Formats: sequence, C-alpha cells, structure tokens
Amino acid sequence: MNKISEIFKNNKAFIGFLTAGDPTLEKTEEFILSMEKAGADLVEIGIPFSDPIAEGPVIEKANIRALSVGTTTDKIFDMVKRIRIKTAMPLVFLTYMNPVFVYGVEKFFKNCHQTGMNGIIIPDLPFEEKDEVLDVATSYGIDVITLIAPTSKDRIQMLAKDATGFVYLVSSMGVTGVRSEIKTDINAMIEDIRQVSDTPIAVGFGISTPVQAKEISKTADGVIVGSAIVRIIAEHGENAGNYLFDYVKSLKDAIS
Amino acid sequence: MSKGKFGVHGGQYIPETLMNAIIELEKAYTFYKQDKEFQDELTELLNDYAGRPSRLYFAKKMTEDLGGAKIYLKREDLNHTGSHKINNVLGQALLAKRMGKTRLIAETGAGQHGVATATAAALMGFECEIFMGKEDTDRQALNVYRMKLLGAKVNVVTSGTMTLKDAVNDTMREWTKRVEDTHYVLGSVMGPHPFPEIVRDFQSIISKEARQQILEKEGKLPNAIIACVGGGSNAIGAFYNFIPDQEVRLIGCEAAGKGVDTALHAATITKGSLGIFHGMKSYFCQDEYGQIAPVYSISAGLDYPGIGPEHAHLFDTKRAEYVPITDDEAVDAFEYLSKTEGIIPAIESAHAVAYVMVLAPTMKKDEIIIINLSGRGDKDVAAIARYKGEDIHE
Repeated sequence: MNKISEIFKNNKAFIGFLTAGDPTLEKTEEFILSMEKAGADLVEIGIPFSDPIAEGPVIEKANIRALSVGTTTDKIFDMVKRIRIKTAMPLVFLTYMNPVFVYGVEKFFKNCHQTGMNGIIIPDLPFEEKDEVLDVATSYGIDVITLIAPTSKDRIQMLAKDATGFVYLVSSMGVTGVRSEIKTDINAMIEDIRQVSDTPIAVGFGISTPVQAKEISKTADGVIVGSAIVRIIAEHGENAGNYLFDYVKSLKDAIS
Repeated sequence: MSKGKFGVHGGQYIPETLMNAIIELEKAYTFYKQDKEFQDELTELLNDYAGRPSRLYFAKKMTEDLGGAKIYLKREDLNHTGSHKINNVLGQALLAKRMGKTRLIAETGAGQHGVATATAAALMGFECEIFMGKEDTDRQALNVYRMKLLGAKVNVVTSGTMTLKDAVNDTMREWTKRVEDTHYVLGSVMGPHPFPEIVRDFQSIISKEARQQILEKEGKLPNAIIACVGGGSNAIGAFYNFIPDQEVRLIGCEAAGKGVDTALHAATITKGSLGIFHGMKSYFCQDEYGQIAPVYSISAGLDYPGIGPEHAHLFDTKRAEYVPITDDEAVDAFEYLSKTEGIIPAIESAHAVAYVMVLAPTMKKDEIIIINLSGRGDKDVAAIARYKGEDIHE
C-alpha cells in the first residue's frame, strides 16, 4: 500500500487545498503545517496557473495573487523540499496540464519524486489523454489522481478501475466554490465506484461546513475542502495560520 | 485514446465533467454530417438567411494601384451579421437543435461571433448567453448592444486580461455548470475535439465556393490565399479546399500588435511555443513555466494567445505560412481598402489586406491572390477614429 492510501486506514480523511505562493511561499509552508497540526491528513498544493478553467472566482483569484508575487514551479519545488524535512504527511499537487507539459513531463515528475510529493491532480487531463503523463508519473511513484464527476455516469467504472491513491469524486456541477447545498446523489456514485475499485474515495467541490463534511463522510472515505480554506487565506493574509487551524480542526472533528 | 489529432496537435484536454457532453456532440455530429435532411436544411439557411454564396469580387482598382498580382476579395463581409462567423453558428445551432438542447452559450472577442450566435438563437428559439471580456465590451460597445437587441444576455468577463481568452475560460466554466440543456457554440477552430473539426467543416464552404468561383472567372487556381488568423476559423475555411492544391500558397496573418519584438502582440506562430490549453495541444504565447501570456492586438478578434490545432499542423508541415502584421499596418490597410475599393473591412480582415499590399507588388500580373475578407468594418469605425486621435464615441 502506498502512502496516500494509508491515510484512509481506519480514518475518515480530511484533505485541505491551498494555492502555493498565496500570499507568499513562506506562508504556504506555515499554513500547510498549521493544517496538519489541526488534523489534516493530506494537503493539495495548487501550482498556480494563469487560466484555471476548473476553478471558481475564489481559487482563481488566489492563483493570480500567487503569480503576481513571482511564484514559479521551481520555487514551489524548493518549498516542498523544505517542508518535507518537517512533515511526513502525504502531499499532492493540483495544477493544470500546461504548467506540467511546458516544464517538461519527465523533469516535473522527477522533481516531484526527489522533493517527496506523492501525487498529482490535473483537472484538464481526462481519462482519454492520461497517456500524456501516466507512465512517467508512475515510474517516479507519483499517483495521478482520478477525477469522477456527476456527469461521468456510464464512464464511472472505466475511470475508477485503475485509480490509484484516491478517487476524487466531484460532488457538484461547475467549478470549485462553496455551495450551500449539494444536490448530486453521491451515495449512488460511491456505490458504482466501489463495484470496481477498492481505492479510497474522497469527495470535493462545494464542501465548507462541518455539517456537510460529516454527512459526506458517512459514505465517503474522505472530504476535500479548497475554496473555504483559500477564502480564509484571502481574508486574513499572512495572519491566516490560526484561523486555518481552528477551521480545519472543526471539520476534522466533525468527521472523526 | 487521444482523439482529434492534427499531427501532434489537438486532443481533448478538458475536465471530466465535460467529457460526456463532448462525446455526445461527437456522436451527433458524425451522424448529422452524413444526414441529407440536416445538410439540406443548413444549405437553405446559409443561402436564404445568411445570403450565400458570398461573392468573389475582382478588386480592379487595388490591383492596378499595387501593380502586381490580380487581387480578388472573398466577400464574407456581406454575409448576414457581417462576417464569416454565421457559417459556423448556423451549423452548430442546427446541430444543437437536433441534440435537443435549449440554450446556447458562446465566447466572443470582437463581438462578431457573439452577434452571430445571438442571431441564430433568436431565429431558432434558443435561450442565449454570451461571454465577452470587459476590454472588448468597451471597445466594441455597439456589438454588445446588438446582442442584447437580439435577445441574448451578455456577461462581462472581468477576470485575467479581460479579453477573448478570458471569455473562453468563463464560457467553459459556465458549460461545466450547466451542460445538460446547453450547447457551447465555440466560435473558432480551437478547443477540444470535435470542435476544431466541426467549425472547420462549417467554415470550409468559403474555400469550396472560392475554388469554384475562381475557376469560373480565371480558368485556373489562385497562387495564394490570404486570411487573418486569431483562433483561425476564417483562415481554415478559406484554406481547406485548397490544401490538396500544393501550388496554392496558404498564408495566415496573425496580429503583431505593437510589434513582435515588444510584449504587446498576439503572434502565436511567430512567438509562441507548444502547449496544452483550452482543450487542445497547439502553439501558445506563454512563458517558460507554461503561464499563458497576456496578449495584445488592436483587433479584439485576433487578440488570442493560441491558434487552432490544424493551423499548428499546417505550419509544422510547411503547407501554410504565417506572417505577423502590426496594428499600424492593419490600420493603414483598413483605410486603404476603404478609399481604394469603397469597402470598409473589419480590422481583423485588414490584417490580411495589409499583407497583400506588400505581397501583390512582388508578384506577376498574371498571378492571382484571393483575400478572405472575413468581416465588415462598421463595428471598428469608432475605435479606428480614436486610434487616429479623433474624439469619436458611439
């Protein structure tokens, strides 16, 4: 069993997301450690992209803020190297295909391996195009996380069959962002996935409150929270550490 | 497996949420492409509603003035709604109707594609929303009002550079929110497969007609076809049926803005590099980390950091050439065609005219050039006046 799967053992996992370099890479490092201390089991580190088409306004703005202070993929790898000395918590990147492709797929995953990353989520890399990275990523031991959406329907089993790390189940239509209500029949989708895969399932998109997290975690193996965290960072900037700790703790407690 | 490849370019790099919609579109298109009833209905609309076939006009005064090759203008500017965009929109709207969709969404740069989409929506009874960057709603205010007049809702995009690229981002986001009843009428030969193929097929009527028309008028094929290129829909339409005719040069004119040696241009082939964005692998203006560059052109329709995958492939295989044209050259050509032929071209199309002003004098008098005059310039008059220092507002 690899490192990512281990966080789901006898544990409902809390997965947090933030954008690297928002407001600075030093703060990103601190915020990741705050979230870990508060009970986060895994953190998704967003490599900012100029045009994040799967993101709502909250995370899109974080991407722009991070880029405007000069955040680059190389500087993010340096930060990961630093943080790896301080934590053994699994870390995955979330970014778009272009930053990986232009950096060089081989060089990118080699650096992931050397700095101690565990996986990657690429929202604009569907099953049909996974050959773009899959072999290289796998050869460096990096899980390419499978995304399954409410519209996947007859594709669910094809997608889930070879999933590694965890399955990222997208709870809602549209882009990332806080939602007051999640209408998708998540339980039915989880059942479909479990028929073909024993890879753990984490649900993301739209989750922000302890009540939502608790409800989702009844059937899912983990919950993913992004926009709500990024919003706290947007609001409190450099001083967001304590607020993040309290917030993540409230969600982790709700699902434990 | 990756689909819709043009050499290494193309593919389907989109979120999983959209995959079933794209597959449904591909299936529907494959079926209706061969369906006689569909094709007959489309032809009737193109002829009786849009005014096809468009004329191939011999620009005698321009030819004499430049003193070289004979210059013909393919008059897409005379189509209903004022540009080639209607060719693709009528096809896609009809397809969306057959697929049972009730709502159309589209991005627009200069507003030409937005106006065409709003027009088709009005005609066929679709709900319609257009996404347009704030920069462009400011410089193309008249087209914004046109779209509203036609019953469309215009969403002003304030993210990123607030131009065409950002309008595409927001239209894709909107499509992931509401995909069941909505068809995304992509306006250029870009995006994920099958869009580059669908849009090219619907636009290829331009070269199908032009090839026949020039053979009737001149009894031989032209030496060169010239068209402006942003995403590349009018250019691919003008090139497509000439691709097998190796002796016909195919030349795309991209926007060099303030110059390709400045940061202010949108010259993707001249300055860009291979990347993956907006659903496709192709050439993009970007930095060493794959961040998409903020591009610039006086022309809102060419102000895009990428180019359609089939153009990227035509460039790789050297079947087509791509040249940069600056704002100044385009504005000169805008005025030149107006004064010489009494035809005010869209500022996009003026990029193609500008290159012909350089090329034609170097060619022999029995050689032939066809310019695809993709749109008319009424929408640009106020902006060009301001560019020339006159205080005119719409």
